[in-house]
Amino acid sequence: MKDKQNKIILSIKNLKKYFPVRLGAFGESSGIVYAVDGISLDVSRGEIMGIVGESGCGKSTTGFVIVQLYRATSGSVYFNGIDLTKLSERELRCMRTKIQIIFQDPYSTLNPRMTIGESIGEPIRAHKLMKNSEVKNRVFELLKDVGLKPSFSNRYPHELSGGQQQRICIARALAINPDFIVCDEPVSALDVSVQAQIINLMKELQEKYNLTYLFIAHNLAVVRHISDRVAVMYLGKIVELANKDELFDNPLHPYTKSLLSAVPEADPKLEQQRKRIILEGDVPDAMNPPTGCRFHTRCPIANEKCSKEIPYFEEKRPRHFAACHYVKRRCNRRR
Amino acid sequence: MDNKLLDVKNLETVFKQRKIIIHAVNGISFSIKKGEMLGVVGESGCGKSVSMLSIVNLIPPSGTIKNGQILFEGQDLRKINKHDFYSIRGNKIGIIFQDPITSLNPFLKIGIQISEGLIYHKKLSKNQAMKRSAELLDLVGIANPKERLNEYPHQFSGGMRQRVMIAIAISCEPELLIADEPTTALDVTIQAQIMELIKNLRSRLDTSIILITHDLALVAGMVDRVIVMYSGFIVEEALVNDLYDNPQHPYTISLLKSIPKLRGQTASKLLSIEGSPPELLEKPQFCPFAPRCKYNIEKCWQATPPMRSVSEDNDSHKVACWVNKKNGVEK
Repeated sequence: MKDKQNKIILSIKNLKKYFPVRLGAFGESSGIVYAVDGISLDVSRGEIMGIVGESGCGKSTTGFVIVQLYRATSGSVYFNGIDLTKLSERELRCMRTKIQIIFQDPYSTLNPRMTIGESIGEPIRAHKLMKNSEVKNRVFELLKDVGLKPSFSNRYPHELSGGQQQRICIARALAINPDFIVCDEPVSALDVSVQAQIINLMKELQEKYNLTYLFIAHNLAVVRHISDRVAVMYLGKIVELANKDELFDNPLHPYTKSLLSAVPEADPKLEQQRKRIILEGDVPDAMNPPTGCRFHTRCPIANEKCSKEIPYFEEKRPRHFAACHYVKRRCNRRR
Repeated sequence: MDNKLLDVKNLETVFKQRKIIIHAVNGISFSIKKGEMLGVVGESGCGKSVSMLSIVNLIPPSGTIKNGQILFEGQDLRKINKHDFYSIRGNKIGIIFQDPITSLNPFLKIGIQISEGLIYHKKLSKNQAMKRSAELLDLVGIANPKERLNEYPHQFSGGMRQRVMIAIAISCEPELLIADEPTTALDVTIQAQIMELIKNLRSRLDTSIILITHDLALVAGMVDRVIVMYSGFIVEEALVNDLYDNPQHPYTISLLKSIPKLRGQTASKLLSIEGSPPELLEKPQFCPFAPRCKYNIEKCWQATPPMRSVSEDNDSHKVACWVNKKNGVEK
């Protein structure tokens, strides 16, 4: 564990991503969507970092900015000490062999006209890592890794089930031996029984190849199961960050608390006794985020201070960070 | 007649696509009592939505109900003509669909869409209907109901649209409310709001509710009884506490174990069910779960198991499985 903490593979510093939008039929007025608004995060080698949040909180955008599918508005993404946001497209190509991404919907990310074998082999060919003759064997090896028979390499995506397609996407991401994989809702489109298969597979592969995952999902239970540490996002900001057990057993931020209490559990007795914190209203518009603490419009304990001052994201308990005015700091260690 | 509001017997629905026949629902029987809330759970493609939509005759044109009886208040819904159906659907049976944006008409104001049913079924005047619509919006927790009646669906957020859908569904005070995955498209905090609303409405209106969902956790705190479906069959039926404390069918057992937990110890590995659900191209002659089942015995491959009671005193807990826990086969 200590070894893990020392080797930081990915370090995000004050990352911002704004999307300009034009409104009105003729684009007369314009606005800015504050999708990711100043987040900082360190991920150690071999760690699974979970990001949770509701739709529109900027969790996927964060993942996309890390792999540079979106270029950041400001801030930096250090991968092994190199700032990816400063690299040109050409330089990024080399870096992309180390960072891969798995998307939510496997069917739309696989080319329907390419066989499975071609799809998996494509990143190897694109980066010219192997001779053409060797690629085939590597594809078989990868298919075996994700629990499929070699015969699958001649099939087309539409012949496979959702779970099998997601296995193919995982194999393709692994093809060039990356160190870091951004998993953007990899199991959300799958059924419960298949979801469990994919989660187990991803965990196995992580241990086998000592991979680092940034695991983005909206399902809290899934994130709890797979992650080492978890960050909770709300409207473009991280509101809480801690080890998974600490976060789920002892949440500090009122948003995390209400999020956890909103999730139903498969235990009728528990459910009947449970007192829920039901949040009022919807997530505010990211184009026009609330002043001060972004959560204050829905927060059960908010008062005037919250609507004016932005709370610091600070260490409230040892290795447990949160951004809220009303969580007292109780840790001796100063950073 | 006992207090069964809806009694479905041996319902069978098939879809024809070119030359392929898909057996979506393979002869299911169940009933719902007055004021009861029933959960229907299963993975995608298990026939849970199709079977419930068959009840209200809303299956797409490629589908046909081949067999079975649908007794609603003692009347067979398969035998009545189209016009009589209009007086039942939307009036005595309300439906909430999964995706509110595709179910609401984008060109019509919310007020018109809610009052439509009231004018048609309850013969209210336009003014009365609008007044009632405002009350309904208030009931489902939308602020400033009178002003919002004049807004269009796109002016509402996802959660608010679902509230409008619920307002439409309950506008004629139906005896039965079918909610087809009402919160699947919504975030958890909004899901909690909507579920709380459905719970409140239930105690206020005393309607029977069928809640269709893929989320085993969602039904746990909501319903009285649960039906688990797999591949067009009902595999288990039980009171909610019995199902979660003492699941009998291997599918239910593994499904419950394959959900990651939010509390307590995390297992290092989730239990997963190997393989994927069958394709429904043939009507199975054996237990549909047998290919994925760990406990399958020879008999599983010979015939589809009938529902049998496993509870001691009454028929509340039923399971369709040849393997018997009591006969010493460990599950």
